[in-house]
Amino acid sequence: MSLSFLMGKLLRFVLTIWAAATLVFILLRLTGDPVAAMVPSDAPQIVIDQYRERFGLNESLPVQYLSYLRGILGGDFGISFRTGGSAWDLVAPRIGPTFILTGLALLLALVIGIPAGMYAALHRGKMLDRFVMGFSVFGFAMPNFFLGILLILFFTLSLRMLPAGGFDSALSLVMPVITLGMATAGAYARMTRSAVLEVLSSSFMRTARANGVPPLRRMTHHVARAILVPLVTLAGFSIGSMIAGTVVIETVFAWPGVGRLLVTSVTDRDLAVVQLIVILAAATMALSNMVVDLLYGWLDPRIGTSRRSGGA
Amino acid sequence: MKRWSLGVVIPSAMLVAVVAFAVFGDFLTPHHYSASSLLARNLPPVFAGGSWEYPLGTDGLGRDLVARLVFGTRLSIGLALVGTIISAVLGTALGLISARSGKLVGGLILGAIDLQAAVPFIIIALAIVAIFGNSLSLFVVVLGLYGWESYARLVRGGALSAHTLPFVEAARTIGVSSIAIDRRHILPTVFNIVIVQATLNFPQTILLETGLSFLGLGIQPPLTSLGQLLGEGRNSLARAWWLAVIPGSLIFFTTLAISLLGDALRDRLDPTLRRS
Repeated sequence: MSLSFLMGKLLRFVLTIWAAATLVFILLRLTGDPVAAMVPSDAPQIVIDQYRERFGLNESLPVQYLSYLRGILGGDFGISFRTGGSAWDLVAPRIGPTFILTGLALLLALVIGIPAGMYAALHRGKMLDRFVMGFSVFGFAMPNFFLGILLILFFTLSLRMLPAGGFDSALSLVMPVITLGMATAGAYARMTRSAVLEVLSSSFMRTARANGVPPLRRMTHHVARAILVPLVTLAGFSIGSMIAGTVVIETVFAWPGVGRLLVTSVTDRDLAVVQLIVILAAATMALSNMVVDLLYGWLDPRIGTSRRSGGA
Repeated sequence: MKRWSLGVVIPSAMLVAVVAFAVFGDFLTPHHYSASSLLARNLPPVFAGGSWEYPLGTDGLGRDLVARLVFGTRLSIGLALVGTIISAVLGTALGLISARSGKLVGGLILGAIDLQAAVPFIIIALAIVAIFGNSLSLFVVVLGLYGWESYARLVRGGALSAHTLPFVEAARTIGVSSIAIDRRHILPTVFNIVIVQATLNFPQTILLETGLSFLGLGIQPPLTSLGQLLGEGRNSLARAWWLAVIPGSLIFFTTLAISLLGDALRDRLDPTLRRS
């Protein structure tokens, strides 16, 4: 893996966050006066003037833009309109719960999806293969907010086994993690299945079989290695859909995370908090894309030396 | 061939049923979807001991659930259709333009594609709603922006290779304008790509609309969509589970039908384009 490869990925990471921050800045200024969007329409002029002063809106646009970027670099993301405190203080304690939720859901999806997809590929056309594929279509079409409500109906209101919401104990994790993990598990199963099928029909598998490599060893040493690159791609992609999922699922289960904070902040039009969460989401996705790219270079040395083109 | 046709017939029948419900549903009930009745609040559906006057019961304001489902389905499907068409046209146009323009315009479009893909769309949608406030016309714009970058990326790829085809080069040589080349020569070669992408985009647009409306940030009362109904029903889960489960099942049924039909259509249109 060459140094220029690393530097290129790092540059891309920084550029993405810069672009997202700039887009939010432009959108905010498109509305004309951001303060007018925030305060109630009958707010007295003196309040409006105060807010304009506080956000530095009396400066020219380039000056505003530079001080906005400088603020982000220094960790100053503005003031929450609702609490009056810094937006970062509001968001920071929410990051942990969201991280736990998405991490466990990703783990669940990997543990269920990959073995299910491998099994389906090896038993192509059989009952269980159909079942796994049906499950994956189900996961794609099932709205996560409806799945969450069904789980609450069943486990909380009927069986009285699990708490409906909040994050008080390990039991609180069960339903949100299942809801978030299931759709992704379906996608993993489908992807693993097609990757394994493709590898099984490749010439090196035929050679391995002709040379008498036992079936289990063919799976662990030949297939598993070859499907790693597509799986890493998928894991990278699913970070985005997971972040999107937390927005809805955290609201359904009253989870004290960033996603639910985003929804309440949008309802309250608390723009500084919304802006910070957009930048955080972009940074998380850029980071996961960078990790994926670095993993590519490590898993498949051909990628690190020549430039990878296309992709997302 | 037999199994083949079954895979098309079943989801088609499901979809026809949903569309018929949305279009002709007014004949099922004499009530208006937003007419409330103080005397008919919280009535149970027939299967839980209710009367045939309100076959699926009423909500806390005495509004007929059948009428609300009909209107909600109509709005959810209609909005998703409009959103899908807007993003397909926008993405295709930008993809075609980026494939034939120079570094500046092409680079700008590529940058926009990357930027839109850099943040999950629901977060962009929520940011737009936070900044501009909530209105139906803005909501349609948000749905129309959903997924344009996928069309643009795919069409760009298809168009770039189509530009090297001999008949396209011939057309260019004899001085056919670039718009005419796009319309008469490039567009037909990338059209299947657009249709395939639309079958993927359509159910996802339904899920985006119902999701945002479920959160209370999409369709606003007195209008209603399936997602908004589910969001309202969620507040009375313990007392009247059907108020949430029936709209939710309808969303699932609709997206399932469209996804299955899309799968079958994809196999038929282009076997090499089978996506995981």
